[in-house]
Amino acid sequence: MITKRIIPCLDVKEGRVVKGTNFINLRDAGSAVELAERYYNEGADELVFLDITASEEKRKTLLKLVEDVASVIRIPFTVGGGISELNDIDNLLKAGSDKVSLNTQIVYNPELITRSAKQFGSQAIVAAIDVKKTDNNYKVFVKGGKEETDKSGIEWCRECEDRGAGEILLTSMDRDGTKDGYDNGFLKILCASVNIPVIASGGAGAKEHFLTTFKETNADACLAASLFHYGELGIKELKEYLLKNNIPVRI
Amino acid sequence: MIALIDYGAGNTASVSNVLKDLDVDYVITKKESDICNADKIIFPGVGEASYAVRKLHLYNLFNLLRIMKKPFLGICLGMQLMCNESDEGNVKCLGLFPTGCKLFSEPGIKIPHMGWNQIEITKNNPLFDGVKSGEYFYFAHSYYVPENDYTIAETGYGLNFTSAMNKDNFYGVQFHPEKSGLAGIQVMRNFVKKC
Repeated sequence: MITKRIIPCLDVKEGRVVKGTNFINLRDAGSAVELAERYYNEGADELVFLDITASEEKRKTLLKLVEDVASVIRIPFTVGGGISELNDIDNLLKAGSDKVSLNTQIVYNPELITRSAKQFGSQAIVAAIDVKKTDNNYKVFVKGGKEETDKSGIEWCRECEDRGAGEILLTSMDRDGTKDGYDNGFLKILCASVNIPVIASGGAGAKEHFLTTFKETNADACLAASLFHYGELGIKELKEYLLKNNIPVRI
Repeated sequence: MIALIDYGAGNTASVSNVLKDLDVDYVITKKESDICNADKIIFPGVGEASYAVRKLHLYNLFNLLRIMKKPFLGICLGMQLMCNESDEGNVKCLGLFPTGCKLFSEPGIKIPHMGWNQIEITKNNPLFDGVKSGEYFYFAHSYYVPENDYTIAETGYGLNFTSAMNKDNFYGVQFHPEKSGLAGIQVMRNFVKKC
């Protein structure tokens, strides 16, 4: 049986892992390479590595760091941040990542999804989508959550799937960093609307939150950052808890 | 010496990281002479089948790979390209295994099949020495190879498909051993040392 995945996320700024609340107030959580190795050894199913400053500073993701991280782990690895053209994707995949996550640029240039999925395969293309509740709708935000777009969350996720994205990484900006749990209401609707795997992100604060999301929604994976970085919850402990509660996970 | 084939449609960095772990000599290449001089061949693959086949023709590798007599391991798309044909882009492949590749279409499953799933070893094979049925491996694919006479391991995802196969010197794995933690490293070690 295919398992539910637990994915630590490494938000990286200038080679260090950082984490903030509601996308601001960043604090240092250690070296990216050291954390990646620790998570691999603790049984993480996959890692996500986001260069969170890349988009806004128009800086290319640090390929050398990607190579270093990839050289210490033997599990799949997604890289995002500042990816704007096919050549960027080619370089990141060649540096050892398995997938790239595309966020701001695909909103401005949706054709990038279509073309990258065709060239590298859908399995390599993750659409990273940041949503925030505005009135009665979920709106898509870009540029690290700083800029509101006119796109509705569900419609944009569907378009990403139609264009060939192989996975959706859905971050709830309202929940991000709050430790109040994932936005299960939105995830439920999203999982019923698309037929590609969905990664839940934003809001993990306790092991119960992972269980609730896997029980109540059809999400395939849960992503978390600060909870793991600061040692509040161990991956092994989390997976044993999920298994005990009949969620299929790889131990 | 292992030739890790780089034809512009495979993840050579991750496979080469594992070969470094195993401390074996290898060369990343698309040159006929390197491939002919190697003891074993690893044929990775990611992306779209017809695009990859075009690359094989472009680099004049298509016919060379068909007549290889040395141990040859196809990974993921690499395994699918060893079949007769693929429905992905409707393309003729290397024809080393008498089967095609189909798109998952069972109701209620998400496509791609992405994540960690178990294998059931259906025939003893040196590729799985030290690996038990029920072990988890990492998969990322939308097309699959149906069960056939050469299946040595299968995996369930809506239906049972071939997660590994072997015919003579040709081995194929649908999962990514280079991304499957210690179990994956064991499969790579077996190919390098025992196949």
